[in-house]
Amino acid sequence: MASEDSHNTVGVADPDPIIGPGHTFETVTDKISSIVLTRPVTPGWVFGLLIAFSALMLLNLVVTLLMIKGVGIWGIRIPTAWGFAIVNFVWWIGIGHAGTLISAILLLLHQKWRTSINRFAEAMTLFAVMCAGMFPLLHMGRPWLFFYLMPYPNPMWMWPQFRSPLVWDVFAVSTYLTVSLLFWYVGLIPDLATLRDRAKPKAAKIIYGMLSMGWRGSAVHWSRYETASLLLAGLATPLVVSVHTVVSFDFTIGIIPGWHTTIFPPYFVAGAIYSGFAMVLTLAIPIRKFYHLEDLVTARHLDIMAKVMLATGLIVAYGYLLEAFLAFYSGDQYEIYMMTNRFHGPYAPLYWMLISCNIIIPQLLWSRRVRRNVGLLFVLSLVVNTGMWLERFVIVVISLSRDFIPSSWGMYYPTRWDWATYIGTFGLFFTLFFLFIRFLPMISIVEVRSLVHETNEEKGHS
Amino acid sequence: MSEDSKLKNSIDLVAARAKLAGAGAPRLWQSLEELSGTPQSQEFREYEFPPIAGKGNDEINRRDVLKLMAASAALTGLSACTKLPTEKIVPYVRPPEEILPGRPLFYATSLFQAGVATGVLVESHTGRPTKIEGNPEHPGSLGSSDVFSQASILNFWDPDRSQSVIFDGRVSTWSDFSAAMGDARTISPKGAGLRILTKTITSPTLGAQIRTLLAQFPAAKWHQYEACGGDSVREGARLAFGRPVTTVYHFDQADVVVSLDADFLTCGAGHVRYARDFASRRDLSAGPSSKLNRLYVAESMPTSTGAVSDHRLPVRSADVDDLARQLAAAAGVAVPPSANASAKIPAAWVGAVGRDLAAHRGSSIVIAGDHQPPFVHALAHAMNAALGNVGKTVVYTESIEVSPVNQLESLRDLVNDLNAGHVDLLVILGGNPVYDAPADFDFATALQKAKLRVHSGLYQDETAELCHWHAPAAHSLESWSDGRAFDGTVGIVQPLIAPLYDNHSAHEVIALFTSDSGKTGHELVRGYWQSQRPEKDKAFEALWETSLHDGLVAGSALPAISVAPHADFVSVGQSTAAGGDPNALEAVFRPDPSIGDGEFSNNSWLQETPKPITRLTWDNAVMIGPATAQQLGVTTGDYVTLTLAGRHLDAGVYIVPGHADNSVTLHLGFGRARGGSVGTGPGFNSYLVRASSAPWIAPGAQIAKTGKKYSFASTQQQYNIDHDGHQVDEESTAAMGQGGEHGRDLVRIATMEEFRKDPSFAKNPEEEDTKNLTIYPGFKYDGYAWGMSIDLNRCIGCNACVVACQSENNIAVVGKDQVERGRAMHWIRIDTYFRGNLDNPEMYYEPLPCMQCENAPCEYVCPVGATTHNAEGLNDMTYNRCVGTRYCSNNCPYKVRRFNFYLFSDYKTPSLYGMRNPNVTVRSRGVMEKCTYCVQRINAAKIRSEEENRLIRDGEIITACQSACPAEAIVFGNINDPNSKVAKLKAQTRDYRLLEDLNTRPRTTYLARVRNPNPEIHD
Repeated sequence: MASEDSHNTVGVADPDPIIGPGHTFETVTDKISSIVLTRPVTPGWVFGLLIAFSALMLLNLVVTLLMIKGVGIWGIRIPTAWGFAIVNFVWWIGIGHAGTLISAILLLLHQKWRTSINRFAEAMTLFAVMCAGMFPLLHMGRPWLFFYLMPYPNPMWMWPQFRSPLVWDVFAVSTYLTVSLLFWYVGLIPDLATLRDRAKPKAAKIIYGMLSMGWRGSAVHWSRYETASLLLAGLATPLVVSVHTVVSFDFTIGIIPGWHTTIFPPYFVAGAIYSGFAMVLTLAIPIRKFYHLEDLVTARHLDIMAKVMLATGLIVAYGYLLEAFLAFYSGDQYEIYMMTNRFHGPYAPLYWMLISCNIIIPQLLWSRRVRRNVGLLFVLSLVVNTGMWLERFVIVVISLSRDFIPSSWGMYYPTRWDWATYIGTFGLFFTLFFLFIRFLPMISIVEVRSLVHETNEEKGHS
Repeated sequence: MSEDSKLKNSIDLVAARAKLAGAGAPRLWQSLEELSGTPQSQEFREYEFPPIAGKGNDEINRRDVLKLMAASAALTGLSACTKLPTEKIVPYVRPPEEILPGRPLFYATSLFQAGVATGVLVESHTGRPTKIEGNPEHPGSLGSSDVFSQASILNFWDPDRSQSVIFDGRVSTWSDFSAAMGDARTISPKGAGLRILTKTITSPTLGAQIRTLLAQFPAAKWHQYEACGGDSVREGARLAFGRPVTTVYHFDQADVVVSLDADFLTCGAGHVRYARDFASRRDLSAGPSSKLNRLYVAESMPTSTGAVSDHRLPVRSADVDDLARQLAAAAGVAVPPSANASAKIPAAWVGAVGRDLAAHRGSSIVIAGDHQPPFVHALAHAMNAALGNVGKTVVYTESIEVSPVNQLESLRDLVNDLNAGHVDLLVILGGNPVYDAPADFDFATALQKAKLRVHSGLYQDETAELCHWHAPAAHSLESWSDGRAFDGTVGIVQPLIAPLYDNHSAHEVIALFTSDSGKTGHELVRGYWQSQRPEKDKAFEALWETSLHDGLVAGSALPAISVAPHADFVSVGQSTAAGGDPNALEAVFRPDPSIGDGEFSNNSWLQETPKPITRLTWDNAVMIGPATAQQLGVTTGDYVTLTLAGRHLDAGVYIVPGHADNSVTLHLGFGRARGGSVGTGPGFNSYLVRASSAPWIAPGAQIAKTGKKYSFASTQQQYNIDHDGHQVDEESTAAMGQGGEHGRDLVRIATMEEFRKDPSFAKNPEEEDTKNLTIYPGFKYDGYAWGMSIDLNRCIGCNACVVACQSENNIAVVGKDQVERGRAMHWIRIDTYFRGNLDNPEMYYEPLPCMQCENAPCEYVCPVGATTHNAEGLNDMTYNRCVGTRYCSNNCPYKVRRFNFYLFSDYKTPSLYGMRNPNVTVRSRGVMEKCTYCVQRINAAKIRSEEENRLIRDGEIITACQSACPAEAIVFGNINDPNSKVAKLKAQTRDYRLLEDLNTRPRTTYLARVRNPNPEIHD
């Protein structure tokens, strides 16, 4: 259908298109919906899901053990009373930020290239926030009393203690999760309707039908849909900045050297976007390969994302530089010690690894050749993900392990249950992701179609 | 399988054939075994068919059936006739006098350490003893206590305590035991085979009982043995004076004290009182004009006494003899120099100390360590005499012991008798010689040569296991007794509660052998005193009541006697003098600072108490100095084999800064084989290499690496911090560089000279400014404002506060593994810092409870409001509200908060329920806890004062740590009242706050340490 009529195809003239040549409305819809509806279950997918699900069961085991025995199964201690749980919390929530940035801010900024990656970036956000959200709950000494952190009328006449940034976290993260979910779901509705219309099995028809909430594609629907999307984008935009700012308050409000610094909010937000884009790349590169989506998620997409990584990486580098500078400039002996301890202390190798992963190695992205080299880009995305995880480790653990009174210093070593919890959340994340790519359109059909339309319009006019 | 084949093999076929051929052959047979009539088959039949085995062909006949029917009918009828006793349940119409639920009562009694009694007050809640405090009336306590007294309450409630009489491994009864003892004493009318082994006894009643027994059985013998007893002290006195007098020191009157390897502040007789007296001379309340005493300590292993000294000289314990000779010569005692004089003793040091002593004639003390040889003790006596100290700072009395014998020789006699088979009945009262007797005695083997062995002890320990009879001994808190304090004052031991189990005191066991058999402990002790005192009837009753109330018999302290050292003791003592090659490695045995000689090894509080200086928990170690470690190429955590006179001990090495070179310290009391659920396991059994020839200082130790590693649980990693606050090297344990402009200034130190020049050396003007740097109005305290002052100049780092706090606040024990993971729960800890070189650093203690900050960083980060500021300035902890985010702990710059990572509190052991302070929540898993300034005591005092419509008086509230502190270093009170003691202390120029530049404004403040070094010595 697509091949016979070159009128509707995207211009061959564009040397670096954001959508592959030869796409029409039909081909886009076919290509994306077929992954869900007609493509048989592949052994690769099953194998991937099995691994992810095993890790999820590991999480199940850890959580059970945690509830039975207590947080003592982790390596946390006095003075380092926060460990992997908080590191992972910040890391996962940071990852989520790319999705929101792509779907909300870039929507408002009319960045067309976002269309083909925003759906799964949003899904990634959602799943990452789910993983992140588990940690604050699990790391509590008595998680069954988590509701003490919520303001609710109770006979004790007790409210949360609103000066604590942990309470702000509750609001920030729960708002973030809610808005992300809504945004993602609203965006899905027209595509769900498409699936409903195309699905053959009755069950699928019914399920997609219910999920598409009676979408008929009428002009009124479209009008409402556009308005809702814009409104949600408007709502989500400040969240990109606020959530990680609030998360950074968890540290800045404390008086521990290495935590108590004003640079954290901007540098946390930049770091979040940095790691988020790295994660989008980590996910996009294999998916576009396995599902042959190279013409929807093109080399240009990867290039742009690499550029965003480079830019945010530089902001993060500036943060590190300033953090070190201010520590020495302050003349405060504890701050100075904190920095020298990062440079030379027992955890110094991790600090230098962090600097390599987050600052030195990503400078390769200045080269266009590197940005266009898919394999290298994938490796780089993993490097940045590791680097950002290390950054949180450095902030949380190194700062706590040596603060003010040397008699109380102590090393934190993760136990196998620390690792198991971390790996377990990967299990959750990837299980959800594997299910997502199998049961929902991982690229927005509607938006790519409108992109096809727009590109054709442009071509028509020229 | 093997059993079967054995059976088959042993079948006697010849016998089987004979049986079948014989006249009475069975018509039918089942097996060859049956026929051959092997013993196995007989056994098998009996085992398989018990009712018919032996009955042979007998059948149950009609008569049997009728008999059985009649009997059962009769029994049925009888049971129906039983009238159940009427039980009336009546509420308290007249409640027991003075017992009000919720209001504790205090009873005076005494506890023993190596036989010496220390007066205590025991807090009792509705009949349950829960907490031990010092007895202010008692000269050995003056209201303070030590770790052992504090932890005794746990020993009392210890679920592992022996609970029933055991005979041959089976549960028996006290009446069977008494009957057996009654039979036993008739075996030999004169008691030729009877031996009694006790620990050191100062109890006049028990002494009289044993004398009666010995009079009754003239051929019987009484032996005494204490693993870490005062043999050297006794023999030293015998050497000097010809008889074993007791020495009482008056540290409050001494300007100069020289300790020859004596840790007189934390162990030995009277150490609690001595700490009090000593600290009173470290008082600086008069400011720069105060007159401090000066303490010189020469020791091998750094101890608390060494840490608070003004000059500490690390010397091998064997070289102390040489040092003592040099000092004695300087003091004018005619003594030849040591045969193998060690070059390691700096002449300048000896000279300066000698001059200082000479300048303080009559106001100095020379004291020798319990483990130093008798000759050094004799020299110390001679020096005190030469310096005119006798009668002033040093007073002699008759021995406080009932029978001051050389216990090592006493045990040797017993072992010889045992080996010679002379012992028919051995009664061991207390003590655990199988575990703690010298290795060369091989006591376990010798013991089994006694025909009947009886053990009475608190635990079914190594010795109980090898005895026929074991009778659970009564703990001091559940029995009657008496005993003498370090100065001879008699304390009466009264029970707080009826024995928890089938416990009987030594008095009752001894009574079984005399005409007192069957008398209760109360009758025995009271009876003894009634017979001793001139007062009769009512007068005696009054005296008895008063003595019980006060915990001591007034005026019973032994009078001072006048003794002079023999002129010729030097020549007599020469032969016993120690010495040896100064470069050879010596091994020094010491009781463990936390668990003593092993008596307290099942006490988890003490096991987990970080030992002074080393901060080690749950272990002993091969403790060596840094130089020796380098020389041997070993480091902390290396597992080595220590060889001493052909005996081997495998243990971990622990490097202690300031430990003398070429010396190894081995603490006793660990490595128990049957030490109870806590005591079995931890550490290494140093007794395995302790020989009777050198029970304290053994030359010729060798250390060989095994290549294995051992992990120690220390609560404080020893860091070396230079003046910039940089960590130089974790392994080289050395000084914490306080002072200077860039240090953290956690411990502020000056010499007396510097203090005179700048009385406010502890203040930092920059820090003072921060007080106003806030835009928020401060809290207003209209009523009380609680505060604490800790005098670092008084603190001796003895850990009494740590254990007292654990007892008062139901603090859980976490175990070695958790201590290693940084999860120890102590609410107050004793931070230890070093300054100066590795080999002889200055050591500083800093007790750290919660600072109760005015601007508390913990409070504002708690998301649920579980830790809040109260109207009196405390940072309250609401356990019920805590969800366990641990943010407060992270944000606490002092890291005094403790978290229940697991369910650390023991919710399962019923006997521990009784021990707990009912006014303090037992924390569950997942909640944060911390020092509350003993808020339960504050509230109790508030209720009392409000009832009486008055304000709380200064000194009315005494926190647990303050109460225990023998040095009176901790003072608590209302800082809103300018006349309170604490407010006055805080007004001193030495007052400073920890980390004041953070503007946390702690309520707990410190009084800076002032050393009083001798200007002549530069070390």
